[in-house]
Amino acid sequence: MTDTPAPRHIPDRLDTPLNSAIFSWEALLVAVAVAIFAVNSFASPYFLDAWSLSDLTFNFTEKALIALAMALLIISGEIDLSVAAIIALASTMMGMAVQAGAGTPVLVAIGILVGLGCGAFNGLLVTRLGLPSIVVTIGTMSLFRGIAFIVLGDQAYKGYPSSFAFFGQGYVWWVVSFELTLFLVAAVIYWFLLHRTSFGRRVFAIGNNPVAAQFSGVRVGRIKFILFCLTGLMAGIASVLITSRLGSTRPSIAQGYELEVITMVVLGGVSILGGAGSILGVVLAAFIMGLVTFGLGLLNVPGIVMSIFIGLLLIIVIALPIVWRRVRRERFT
Amino acid sequence: MKAFLKYREVWLLAAIVVLIGLISMRFPGFANPANLRQVFNDTSILMILALGQMVVILTRSIDLSMASNLCFTGMVVAMLNAAHPAIPIPLLIVVALLVGLVLGAINGLLVWRLNIPSIVVTLGTLTIYRGATFVISGGAWVNADQMSPDFIGLQRAAFLGIPVLSWIAILVIALFFLLMTRTALGRSIYAIGVNPTASIYAGIDVGRTKFIVFCISGMAAGLCGYLWISRYVIASVEVANGYELNIIAACVIGGISIAGGIGSVGGAVLGALFLGIISNALPVINISPFWQMAISGSAIILAVVLNARGERRQGRIILKKAEAA
Amino acid sequence: MDTTAQLDPTTEQPLAAAPRLTLAGISKSFPGVRALHDVSLSLYPGQVTALIGENGAGKSTLVKIMTGIYQPDTGTISIDGQAVTLPSAHAAFGHGITAIHQETVLFDDLTVAENIFLGHAPRSRVGTIDWRTMRKNAREVLNTMGAGHIDADARLKDLGIANKHLVAVARAMSIDAQIVIMDEPTAALSLKEIEELFLLVEFLKSEGKAILFISHKFDEIYRIADRYTVFRDGEMIGEGLIRDAGQSQIVRMMVGRAVDHIFPQRKAEIGAPVLAVSGLSHPTEFDDIGFELHRGEILGFYGLVGAGRSEVMQAISGITRTSSGTITLEGKAIMPKSAADSIDAGIVYVPEERGKQGVVIGLPIFQNISLPSLKRTSKSGVLQLAEEFALARSYTERLDLRAASLSQDVGTLSGGNQQKIVIAKWLATAPKVIILDEPTKGIDIGSKAAVHGFMAELVAQGLSVIMVSSELPEILGMSDRVVVMREGRIASIYDNKKLDAETLVKTAAGIAA
Repeated sequence: MTDTPAPRHIPDRLDTPLNSAIFSWEALLVAVAVAIFAVNSFASPYFLDAWSLSDLTFNFTEKALIALAMALLIISGEIDLSVAAIIALASTMMGMAVQAGAGTPVLVAIGILVGLGCGAFNGLLVTRLGLPSIVVTIGTMSLFRGIAFIVLGDQAYKGYPSSFAFFGQGYVWWVVSFELTLFLVAAVIYWFLLHRTSFGRRVFAIGNNPVAAQFSGVRVGRIKFILFCLTGLMAGIASVLITSRLGSTRPSIAQGYELEVITMVVLGGVSILGGAGSILGVVLAAFIMGLVTFGLGLLNVPGIVMSIFIGLLLIIVIALPIVWRRVRRERFT
Repeated sequence: MKAFLKYREVWLLAAIVVLIGLISMRFPGFANPANLRQVFNDTSILMILALGQMVVILTRSIDLSMASNLCFTGMVVAMLNAAHPAIPIPLLIVVALLVGLVLGAINGLLVWRLNIPSIVVTLGTLTIYRGATFVISGGAWVNADQMSPDFIGLQRAAFLGIPVLSWIAILVIALFFLLMTRTALGRSIYAIGVNPTASIYAGIDVGRTKFIVFCISGMAAGLCGYLWISRYVIASVEVANGYELNIIAACVIGGISIAGGIGSVGGAVLGALFLGIISNALPVINISPFWQMAISGSAIILAVVLNARGERRQGRIILKKAEAA
Repeated sequence: MDTTAQLDPTTEQPLAAAPRLTLAGISKSFPGVRALHDVSLSLYPGQVTALIGENGAGKSTLVKIMTGIYQPDTGTISIDGQAVTLPSAHAAFGHGITAIHQETVLFDDLTVAENIFLGHAPRSRVGTIDWRTMRKNAREVLNTMGAGHIDADARLKDLGIANKHLVAVARAMSIDAQIVIMDEPTAALSLKEIEELFLLVEFLKSEGKAILFISHKFDEIYRIADRYTVFRDGEMIGEGLIRDAGQSQIVRMMVGRAVDHIFPQRKAEIGAPVLAVSGLSHPTEFDDIGFELHRGEILGFYGLVGAGRSEVMQAISGITRTSSGTITLEGKAIMPKSAADSIDAGIVYVPEERGKQGVVIGLPIFQNISLPSLKRTSKSGVLQLAEEFALARSYTERLDLRAASLSQDVGTLSGGNQQKIVIAKWLATAPKVIILDEPTKGIDIGSKAAVHGFMAELVAQGLSVIMVSSELPEILGMSDRVVVMREGRIASIYDNKKLDAETLVKTAAGIAA
């Protein structure tokens, strides 16, 4: 097929966009989401209610915000396991600022800047010293949360100003929360960044072949550094939201979030080996994870059991296309 | 490779000796043999887990589900013991090994047969196995008073002045040492990590070997399931929550390259001991235990930085004079 | 030729008529691609069979079937007349089939002895590896091959490529392999090392091994092979004794069309100096490199593999750092700190390792081509797809790319077509100087001619080209001047008008002319 003489003019595309859309990962995710939605509506009469659907979104918006940046990072071939620890450290710093009498704007600035700083620290270790990110961020994960533990011990910070509560608890319009709005806006921004800019194109190139990308004039280190900063920034924003929603800071805040964020990204069709993925997939995966946890919650299924469903979903959704291809191949040969 | 690795282990050992020396300056009793025996005993479980993780990492894979496997297996043996105290403990240990093996084999099969990256598979089974613990226990705990005296007592019994738990760790270390240096499987594990493509041409079944290493890490986690529960005498869904990252930390500090192919039994053991010494030392030198996490985090980062310096590849060195220099 | 020794003088047929390995009616398809169709191949003990074909002819698929990596869709494999199946690499190994590849197939961090005995190490009575016996056996095997100078305890990464080959052959000997596949074994070797390899092949022949030898180089094939088999587009086109076949006859079988002359005739119009390099040095790789490149010139860089040519080019294009020296482009001193800098300045480097450094497999053709030119095909960072496609279309058509669509993954293309993409992507940046590092290495004759023709076109348009090449005909056929490097230094710079191959080889090897 590859060496057959072709006309000198080579067409831009062969697949019609519709054709490729139907057989895409995103289509599979939409089908899964619709199925879960339908099952939920049948299983619980409370599900199809504007306010409960609104509550549903609180289950995933904070993690999903981080997942947007994490998707880019994983596409570039790196990973950040320290995001939950960044949340803890940023929250602790905000708590300290509250004790010192800081107002809401200062708190938000501190949360975001601490996140950015932690991301930059990870980025420097990975890009400047050329260390594997999975190990670096296991280290910084202990370090960042460790600092939170040193500061707080078994104590907690409380007493956040009432105006601070808006970010995690407020509504922009009717049932539309600030968190959801922020997530949707961020999703559009990240979609544009990844799929419509030369920056995004370079991220894909790095993920598929970092050496060839470097030879092609892509500043690999700089782009990876920016991605670590973005991931830290999103963790800082998530920290503001969570702290605002809970109204308190403990050093164990957001424990285990990193794995849920990565699950969301992988479920969204981003290759854990780098080089492939889409923001739409990640957004869909976020909604699916929210639907599963919320639906099961309405049925009084404990959180830990829900995690079984998330784990199974992750493995099945990844395994399904592989098994499907194998079955189809065996039938044809 | 041997000389190089030895160098690295000697280096890590020296760091540990210096660490012990520094601690002894604040608390002279720390370096006495009885206390060091205690530290070793306290670190036994982490050493076994780190060895299990090591064989997986050597093949360029990772097992994030070890702590969940430990939790599930621990709950199984605890519930068995609570319901049927007559079952002899050695039999329970066999059960723990088998349950751990099955959970490891599930990871291994998904990696081998479906070719899913191990980080994805074990990220999934990490939540599934812990969730399954909740399902079999109904969320209930198994407490000390529900466990038989033998169940709790076995690992505390002393043999030649050393607790059985330590003997088990020594036995496991010896077995891993034999596996890695004296068996064809051990060679294959290194070969896959160094060069997977070449391994295929050398007639090594890469997929099957990966399956086997996940079975090994599963068995290590299963064994530690019993050891953990009988040591801390409580079985719950929360057991060893988040501990998977400590295991990987021990490996990293021990000089096992996350890129596969580089690492040794001695390194994994020393890496675990390093973390064990820190957690034992903090209380006695009056540092809040809340410092432990930040210290081990810093130790991991430092270890990666130092390891990377050793691994860095050099150019061809074409110039004659540079070669001589 | 020494092959005559094995031929019956009356019939000129091989005496050992029974083949050791026979493949019959082998077909293999992948989704959308028919890799092999009903091919046959026989290997005879004590003889070398050359497998000849353009890239994409199905040679590597066949090797993978013979080594148990792929399963054929149809067809039979028999060894000494017995039908066998090779369901895994391990099974092929068990049947005494072993492959010696380019440098990648051994384990750098393991010792020589471990490499030789990996997978079949001698065991002690309790079943553990018997290290002492293993070292002893390794030394014995190496000695019988006349390779006693290799230390069985040395780590492989400390050996040169030629010695690595010896280890690979020792491995084949240690499993008592009867069938040895050598897949482009000379690709990364210097002339002297190739000679040593040929001695090894003779040794394997004398041991009665059946050898399959895959190479692109005709001089090697005529030197070493007894028989040939030609593949084209996944089919077997012809086979026979090499002494009965003329070179042009085999080339015709390969390409299915006559290739008259390979190098384009051109009249060089050399202009003013464009690039001047002086005193360029690196702590360990090269020293005091100085030369000038003129407008409209093709400057050849010749030398043995490992003479430091690629290292110099990567320094000029900002990929590696130098310790001292100056680079002047059109009268302005530049000091690129990254490939991005040098591309901006107008110097591009088309790397030697197509798969690793050239194409981004996983991305479609048009995105590969636009990657170094993204600044031009985007507006304040926002991609302009129409411009990207236009750029890709113009360059792929100029290079006569064969592809189904520009949105096809480059990984689905053959080596020659991938090389066209690699050249197109850097050319699309509209450079002043283009450095081509081994531009025709491992690609088929048809693509080679296209690349050479294109180079001629480029210099005619006023571009300046540096061509690093280890192939003498290419250096002599294309260059205006030739820089010869040896051990990290410039040995000599020749004008091509009165240059012959012998002078070049002697200069490169450091033999007094």
